[in-house]
Parts: sequence; structure tokens; C-alpha cells
Amino acid sequence: MSRDMMSAFELYQPDSVQGAVDLLAKFGKDGWALAGGNDSFDWFKDRIKRPKYVVDLGGIASLKGVREMPGGGVEIGALTTLTDIERNSVIQGKYKLLADAARRVASPQIRNSGTIGGNVSQDARCWYYRYGVNCYRAGGNTCFADTPQGQNREHCLFGASRCVAVSPSDTAPALVALDATMVVLGPKGQKEVKADDFFIGPNIDIQRMTVLEKGEVLTAIRLPAEWAGARFYFEKVADRNTWDFPLVNIAAAIKVSGAAGSEKIDAIRIAAGAVQCVPRRLTVVEGVVTGQPKTEDTAKLAGQSAVRGATPLNFNHFKIPLLQNLVTRAIRDA
Amino acid sequence: MADNTNGRDLPEPQFDQFVSKATSRRQFIKGVIASGAAVSASGYLFTLAGCSPNPKSAGGIERLLTLNVNGQMRPVDVLPNETLAMTLRYKLGLTGTKLGCDRGECGACTVTIDGVASYSCSTLTHSVRGRKITTIEGLEGANGELHKVQQAMIDELGPQCGFCTPGQIMSAVALLDANPHPTRDEVRHALSGNLCRCGAYDHYLNAVMRAAGNGERVSQA
Repeated sequence: MSRDMMSAFELYQPDSVQGAVDLLAKFGKDGWALAGGNDSFDWFKDRIKRPKYVVDLGGIASLKGVREMPGGGVEIGALTTLTDIERNSVIQGKYKLLADAARRVASPQIRNSGTIGGNVSQDARCWYYRYGVNCYRAGGNTCFADTPQGQNREHCLFGASRCVAVSPSDTAPALVALDATMVVLGPKGQKEVKADDFFIGPNIDIQRMTVLEKGEVLTAIRLPAEWAGARFYFEKVADRNTWDFPLVNIAAAIKVSGAAGSEKIDAIRIAAGAVQCVPRRLTVVEGVVTGQPKTEDTAKLAGQSAVRGATPLNFNHFKIPLLQNLVTRAIRDA
Repeated sequence: MADNTNGRDLPEPQFDQFVSKATSRRQFIKGVIASGAAVSASGYLFTLAGCSPNPKSAGGIERLLTLNVNGQMRPVDVLPNETLAMTLRYKLGLTGTKLGCDRGECGACTVTIDGVASYSCSTLTHSVRGRKITTIEGLEGANGELHKVQQAMIDELGPQCGFCTPGQIMSAVALLDANPHPTRDEVRHALSGNLCRCGAYDHYLNAVMRAAGNGERVSQA
């Protein structure tokens, strides 16, 4: 098993966020912020990433738990486990979309240790990149997935820019649909970033998936009161029900008015995962269905509009009807 | 046989480098045979040679710690980059916990930490200081009687090859502690993080349903 022993590092276990940020500032590019570890340990065991200093955030109590905020929203500590989010009564009551998404992540044991902060900050899951090849994302000048022989069944439909990897998170589209705000603490202080802007594509920075820079820590995620108790729809399609990352997932928050049977869509936020490097906010769909009756026809039109502009790779054409159907179902069944 | 390969001409094996002057070679070997832990621990340290755990880089944490495993307080020297599965198997001799993939993709290494099912291959030992760890070895009662899940596994012929069984049992125990009378679907969900390459899933479900129920036979056979 020594093949799988991680290379040596120094471990630090601060008990405050500021302590962690100070340590990460001191270590610079040799430092690594560790949450649940489910992503980090793969990198370490494969010896592709070899940080000298690992800062374990798991002992910081203030980063855990769900707190109700004045005004009706909630603040979720970034180190709250996915199991705790799935079972939290406030999340289940007001933001069931996020509970449903958290329940579909990986396996029970991974949800028991995996955190919401880690789930949205995990690195690209492209197997060429994970294998340690010198691709664009790893600092090289090739994409191994987007070649005639490249296996790209899981890769993107939209927003390719040299790299064709997708956002692998199940909770990320739910957070975009709920209009979440991410709270980030770094050496320069605290900043708040909308979930829409937190995730970045290869056209902005090909070597990271989020705005988090080295030394910055995602401390909390805030869900605004605005979408509490809305109609929600989450669905994930994956090869296996456990462990697998999504082939496509969909998260929608919809506000309707009118009597059952003749409902009208007043407002909607909808996002899809695993079709682009970021959770793809389907603004075209939002525009198409807002103000429309919540009917089969509207849903069908929404599905068609969702896939407009999709550019499939050699092996992922199936994602186009998949995305279309998921959007149709989200509008129809939410 | 050529002279230079004759055993008498070869230099005597130098065992002194492994044995302190105060201990004879015979005593050392007897000691190692008597102590399985020493065998596995020394084997482990040798395989670590390529990883150069620099003794100077003790880092921010104290390497010596005491783990609460199966109700016992076990002092152990743990590297910063050591997983709980490594510590349990190669430092504490608790080899009932299996390593299948070492990547959190199979579930063979499942243990409970404060009652919660966890992949010990994907947990740093230093992150479970002060927490209550239970492995498959810790399930049996004071008089050696099997845990009801273990007994049900036997009664229902749960395992086939048995490699994934300790992990399956630990997931089931964590479930029954939280939810003593689960539905079959809840059991299926709770065991979904444990792969079985023999495909004995239905037998495992039967066993857990039996452990949760009144002892009646639940399988179809």
C-alpha cells in the first residue's frame, strides 16, 4: 500500500478562521487548505499535488452549522457536512432544493465527512487532468479530452476555452438557483461573492474553478430569504446512483401564482451542472418562462431553449437531450 | 559449484544493525514472533522508506497521540500524513478494517467515528483525536458474543468472499444505532457507500433486516 501513502507534509490544526488564514498567508504556494479531504487526499495519494504545509480547517467550530439570520435567510458554515445539511430542519423546511442536492452527492460516508465548502470548491474531475498529464489546466498547452480519440463523454457542452472540463458539484447549481452569497476570508480581509460569480470558467482562469485564490478560505454560504419556501426541483442523472458525479444535474427555484391547474410562473432561477465549467445559469430559460402559464407547452419550450448553442464533443451528444428533458421536467414538475 | 558462491566464503549476515547490542539476535526474533504488532509495524515503517517522513518536520501537531479505539485508549505515534486506516491496520494491528481502493470509492475501510460511518482511508488520524472510533473488532460483547448484525450476517449467509463484510457491518451498525427499525430502502441507502464485488447485496440487506427485526427469517430462500 505504500504506493498510496501520501507524500510527507506538516499538518496544522488551527482553532480559528483567522489563525488558518494567517497560516495559509505564511505558507503561500506551499500551503493547502484541507476541509473534508475527499478531494485533497486523491491529489496527495497520486503525488500530483505535494503541499509542504496542510492546514486542517476541521477543528474550527465557527465554520460549522446552520444559523438563521435576521431577515429570514440562513448562513451555512463552509465546514458543515453534507449529511448535516441534508438533515437540517431549517434547510429541509425552507431550502429543500439544497437538502435534495446534498443527498445526491457521492456516498453516505463521503457525505458524512464531505463539507459544503469542499463540495463547491473541489477541482475539475477530468480524468486526463486527474491523471497528472500536462494539460492546459495543469499549466501545459494541450487538451487531451478534446481530441479525436479523447474520451469526453462527461465533458462540457458550453463555454469551452481550451479546457472542456465541467463543474462536478451537485450542490453548486442548487446554490446558484437559490441566489446564495459566498463569504470568503483572505489576507486582505473578508469579501462576499454571489454564487453566480464565485465559479469561474477557463476563459477567466484556466487553473482554478472558483474565485478563491491561494490563501483564501470560503467561510460561509448565505441563502437569502427571497427564495425560501419557493417551489423547487432537483434532479441528478449519473451512471450510478452512488459515488458518481453528475452527467447532468438541474436545480430550479420557481415562484408561482394562481390556482392549481392555471398557475403562472412569476419568477424563476434555474441552473444546470456538469454541462459547463461553471454551474450554468439558464438565463434564456428564465426569460422564456417568466410570466408564462406553468404548462406542458411552456416546459417543452423551456427545454428547447436550454440547449440552444450547445457545442457537443465527440462522445457527449447525449447530454443535449438529457439537459433538454431535465429542464422540461423541472418546469413541469416543480 | 564455484568457490565464490560457496556459503562459507560469503560474509556473515550483519544483523547487528537491526538489533541493539543489549539484545541477542535470538531474543529479538522471539520478541518479534511473539508480537504481531511489531511485525506489522516494522513492515510498515520499511515500506515508508520512499516517503521520507522527515523527523525534523514535526510541523504544527504533536505526533504522539492517544486514540480512543473500541473503548480502549491506545497511545500511538502517527505521521501527519497518515490515514486512520493505516494507523488501525499497521500501527494498532486492527486488520479487520480492510483497504480496498484507498480512495473512498469502495467502503471496505468503513469504521464508525462517534457513531457515524466513515471511510478510514479518507480520514487523517490526527483529525479524530479525542473522538470515539469503533472498528469491526470492537463490536463483540464483553463475553465475546457477536453483535446482532454480525450474528445476522451468519444466519442469513450474508457475505460471499467476505472482504467487504467488515465495512458493510460497520455501515449497518451506524444505521441501526440511529434508526433501530429501518425499512429495506433505508438499509439499501445506508449501505450504498459499500461495494460488494460478489454482488451479495440482497443477502446483506436480509441480514440487516433480520438484525433490525425480531429475528424472523426475512430472506426468500
